Amino acid sequence: MKLDTSGFETSMPTIGFGCSNDMLDGFSTVPSFDLPRTTDFDGFQKEAVQMVKPAKGTTTLAFIFKEGVMVAADSRASMGGYISSQSVKKIIEINPYMLGTMAGGAADCQFWHRNLGIKCRLHELANKRRISVSGASKLLANMLYSYRGMGLSVGTMIAGWDETGPGLYYVDNEGGRLKGDRFSVGSGSPYAYGVLDSGYKFDMSVEEASELARRSIYHATFRDGASGGVASVYHVGPNGWTKLSGDDVGELHYHYYPVPPAIAEQVMEEAAAE
Amino acid sequence: MTKQHANWSPYDNNGGTCVAIAGSDYCVIAADTRMSTGYSILTRDYSKIHKLADKAVLSSSGFQADVKALQKVLKSRHLVYQHQHNKQMSCPAMAQLLSNTLYFKRFFPYYAFNVLGGLDEQGKGCVFTYDAVGSYEKVGYSAQGSGSTLIMPFLDNQLKSPSPLLLPAQDAITPLSEPEAVDLVKTVFASATERDIYTGDKLEIMILKADGIRTEVMDLRKD
Repeated sequence: MKLDTSGFETSMPTIGFGCSNDMLDGFSTVPSFDLPRTTDFDGFQKEAVQMVKPAKGTTTLAFIFKEGVMVAADSRASMGGYISSQSVKKIIEINPYMLGTMAGGAADCQFWHRNLGIKCRLHELANKRRISVSGASKLLANMLYSYRGMGLSVGTMIAGWDETGPGLYYVDNEGGRLKGDRFSVGSGSPYAYGVLDSGYKFDMSVEEASELARRSIYHATFRDGASGGVASVYHVGPNGWTKLSGDDVGELHYHYYPVPPAIAEQVMEEAAAE
Repeated sequence: MTKQHANWSPYDNNGGTCVAIAGSDYCVIAADTRMSTGYSILTRDYSKIHKLADKAVLSSSGFQADVKALQKVLKSRHLVYQHQHNKQMSCPAMAQLLSNTLYFKRFFPYYAFNVLGGLDEQGKGCVFTYDAVGSYEKVGYSAQGSGSTLIMPFLDNQLKSPSPLLLPAQDAITPLSEPEAVDLVKTVFASATERDIYTGDKLEIMILKADGIRTEVMDLRKD
C-alpha cells in the first residue's frame, strides 16, 4: 500500500529575483539578495551608501612573530562626523583558533565574518579536520570577489594558527588576498605602521609584542579622528587565541605621558599636608 | 546625452526618535509619536514601538513603510520559530534575526534605524542598537532617529558605563532603578522636543519586566 507522503513535501520556492527562502538555507552557495529594479544600479548604490553611511574609520593591525600572531584594533565607529559607537568589537572571533579584524562597513564585516565562521565549521564537519588560515581567507576572498563592484566595504585580516604554524592574510572587498607577516588596515593605519615598523623584531616575547601592538593602536587613535575608544589586543598561539588587554585610549595617554603636577599644585599640596 | 537621474526616490524619512535603556531587571523602550514628511506632520499619534516577542520589543525610526515591512517579516519568522521550537524567541536570538533580516536587503536597504530592547535569558535588561544594514551591538542604552544626536551625549553623561571591551570585563548595565530610568527618558525627550522639529506630540514608554509589559504615555510639545 502506497503511503500518503504529501504532508512531508515543503512548498518549493519559485526561482528568481525577489522570492528567496535563503535565510533558512543556502549558506553553502552564494546567498541571493533582493536587488532594486533600476537601470542605474551604480547611481542607486551611491545614493544608498550616502543614506546608510557605513561606519568607517578604524585602526586595526596584525603581525606574526616568534610566538604566534598579535592582533589589535581600536573600537570607534563613525557615521560621517558623528561617533555612533565607542565600543564596537572590531576583532571578531571566527572560531577558537582564528580571528578576523573589521575595517570598512560594520554590517558587511560582521555579516561576512559570521558567514565565514559557519563555512569553517561546515568544513570541519565535512572533512574531520580544522580549516587552514589559507583556506579560510580564500573562502572569504572568493565570496567577496563575487560581489565585486556592488559597493561592499570590507578590509579585513584573517589571523590564525593551523598545522603550518601562524598564518596572516589580508582580504578586501575587491577580492584581493595577500599573505604577509605585518599588516595595518584603516584610516589610522599610516600612524600605526610608523610605530609598528620601527619597533618590530621577529624575536619578541608575548609581552613585548602586545605592548608594541597596544602602543601602535594608541598612537593611531591619538592622531586619527576616526579612531578611538578601547584598544584591544589579542594573541593567537598554538592553542588558540586569548585576549591580552583592553584599555581605554584616553587613559593610555596619561599612562604613556603622565602629567607632572604643576608648581602651584605642589605648593597647595604641601600647604594642605601641613 | 546627459545622464537622466531619477526624480523619484523609493525612500522618505518620517522622522522621530527612539530610545532604550537596559536595567538590572527591566528594560525601558520609548519613542515619540510624531510622523512627518518634509515639513508637514502626517499624524501626531503613530506608535513606533512594537512588541515582537514576550521579551523583545522593537522601536524604529526612519521610513515607516520600510519599518512596517520589516516588522511583518520579523513577526512571521517569529511565528515559524514558535511552531518549530514550541517557545518564544529570546531577545539575543531576535537581535541576530533582525541583523540578518536587515543585511539580506544590503543592496536595497530598509531605511529603518532600530533599537531592540528586552530581557535576556537571565532576566537582565538588554538593548541592541543597529544601523540601517544590520550591524549591531549590545549596549546599556541607545538613541536612534532625528533626535539621537541631541540625546546620546546626555545619556553618555548620565549612564556611561565601562566599555564591554575593557579587560578585566565590567558590566554594561546601568545602576539606575526603574522609576529613575523612566524619569530620565521623560527628561531627555522633553529636551529633544525643544530642539528637534521632527520630535514631539506624545511620548510612548514601554517598560518590560519579568512579570509583564507596562505602557505610559506623556504629552510633549506639539509645535
